[in-house]
Amino acid sequence: MIYFDRVSKQYNSDTIALDDITFSVEPKEFVSIVGHSGAGKTTLLKMLLAEERPTGGTVYFGSHDIHALRRNQINKVRRRIGTIFQDFRLLSHLTAYENIAFAMEVAGRTDEEIASDVPHVLELVDLGHKMYNFPHQLSGGEKQRVAIARAIVNQPDIVIADEPTGNLDPVNTYDVVQILKKINDLGTIVLLTTHNKGVVDTIKGRVITMDSGKIIRDDPHGHYIL
Amino acid sequence: MLWLATKRVIRSGVLTFWRNSFVSLASLLVMFITLFAIGSIIFTNALLTSTLNQIKDKVDINVYFLTSAQEEEMLTIKQTIERLPEVAAVEYVSREQALAEFKTRHADDSLTLQALEELDDNPFGAVLNVRAKEPSQYAGVAAFLKGNDVLTESGAPIIDRVNYEQNKVAIDTLSKIIDSGRQLGAIITIVLVFLSVVISFNTIRLAIYVSREEIGIMRLVGASTTYIRGPFVVTGILYGIIAGILTIALFYPLVLWLGPRTSDFFAGLNLTTYYIDNFVEIVLVIIGSGVAIGSVSSYLAVRKYLKI
Repeated sequence: MIYFDRVSKQYNSDTIALDDITFSVEPKEFVSIVGHSGAGKTTLLKMLLAEERPTGGTVYFGSHDIHALRRNQINKVRRRIGTIFQDFRLLSHLTAYENIAFAMEVAGRTDEEIASDVPHVLELVDLGHKMYNFPHQLSGGEKQRVAIARAIVNQPDIVIADEPTGNLDPVNTYDVVQILKKINDLGTIVLLTTHNKGVVDTIKGRVITMDSGKIIRDDPHGHYIL
Repeated sequence: MLWLATKRVIRSGVLTFWRNSFVSLASLLVMFITLFAIGSIIFTNALLTSTLNQIKDKVDINVYFLTSAQEEEMLTIKQTIERLPEVAAVEYVSREQALAEFKTRHADDSLTLQALEELDDNPFGAVLNVRAKEPSQYAGVAAFLKGNDVLTESGAPIIDRVNYEQNKVAIDTLSKIIDSGRQLGAIITIVLVFLSVVISFNTIRLAIYVSREEIGIMRLVGASTTYIRGPFVVTGILYGIIAGILTIALFYPLVLWLGPRTSDFFAGLNLTTYYIDNFVEIVLVIIGSGVAIGSVSSYLAVRKYLKI
C-alpha cells in the first residue's frame, strides 16, 4: 500500500532529514514511528502527504509515485489519507460539525451524506453534544477528537497521526489511542509518530525506530526502545 | 456537481466574511477609503473637465468680412468652414446684427452713437465667429481661411481680416493651461488610484496572511485550489460590494451639500445634478472597482499559500 524506496531528504549540505529510507506498509497495519526530535519522523509523514519532495528515492502510494502526480491527483490522494496533528489544525472559524463537513465537501460528498455522516462520526468520538462548538470552545482532548473525526469521516485508506497525544493529558491520551486502535481494527492503516513510550507499548503493533534520518530498527511487535 | 461546488464556495465565503468580523471590518474600512478616493476623483475630474470646457468655449476666432461682401457668398464660406473636421461651431453675425450689438454695447456712450448716426452707411461688416473643437486647432483653421479655398467664385477676396494673430498668444496660453490641466488631472488620477489600490490590496493580503495556516489545513484535507481560493475571492467581492454601497450612500449627502457651492465656483457644474444624471455610471464604476480590487487582490494573495 505504501512503499518508501530509498528515500532521502537533504535540506542543505549539513542537514539530512531522511537518509536512504526503505520500508513498506501493508493494509490493516498499525505502525508506530518513534525517535528523538529531529530523527526525521515528521519529514517522513510529510513525504507521504506530498508536502515535501524527496531529494532522492521514490514514495509510492498504491501504484502511484506520489511526487510524480499532478496537483489535482495529489488532492485526490490526500482525500484518501486522514491526517491528525499534535496542534489539531482545525479551521478556527468553523464549528466542530463544519470542520468535519468541510473534509466531506472537498471530497464531493452530497449535503444529504454530510447531514447523516457528520453527527454519526461525532458520536463515535463522543462529541455529539458539542457539534456546534467552535474550536476555541473545546478542550485540547476534544479538539483532537474533532480532528480524528475529520480524519476518518471519508473512510480513508490511511490515517496519519503526527504526535497526536503530544498536547494531551494521560486521560485524553488514552482515549485517543483507543480511538486509533478502533480505526485500525476496522481495517484502516494507521501511521503514528510519537515520543510516548506508554502509547507504543499499549498498541503492541509494528514499531519503526528512527535516528538521524535513518531507520535503525523495524520490529513487527516491538516496544519503544531508544 | 458544479452548482453544488459553487454554492458551497459562496456559502463559505459569506461565512468567512461574517465570522472573521474584525478582519472584515478592517478590510471594509480600507476598501471604503479606496472607493471614496476613486469616487472623489470622478467628481474632481467632472469639475475639471467642466471648467476646462467652459474656458475652451470662451475661445474663438472671428472672421471679419468686407462691407461689400454679399450675404450669399458669406453663407457659402460659413458652410465651407463648418465642413472642416476641426470646427465645432460657426456663428454668422450679419452686418445689421453687428451694428445692433455695437449700439447695445455703447448704449451709454452718446458721443460714439452720435458719430455712428452721422455716417451714411452701416460701417460694420458681417462676422463669422468660429469655434474649433480644440484650441490647438485654431492655427489650422486660420491658415485655411487665409488660403484660396475661401475665395468667392469670381476669385475676389471678401474677407477683411481674421483676428487669429491678435488672439494667438491668448489662445496658445489657454491651450497650454487646458493641456496641463488635463495632464495633471490624469497624473493625479493615476497616482491616487494606484495608491488606493495598493493599500487595499495589501490590506486584503494581510487578511489572507492571517488565514495562511488554515489554507495549509485545507490543502492537507485534499481541498482543490478552486475550493480554497473561491471563498476568499467571494469575501473580496463582498468587501467591494458593501464598501461600494457605503461609498455611494455617503456621496449623496455630500454632493447635496456641495452641489450649489460647486455651481457657483466651477463654471456652472452642479455636483448634485451630475451625481443624479450619472448615477448608474457612478454606481458601476465604484462598485465595479470595489469588486475588481477585492476579487483580484484575494485571488493573487491566496496564490502564495497554495504551494503546499
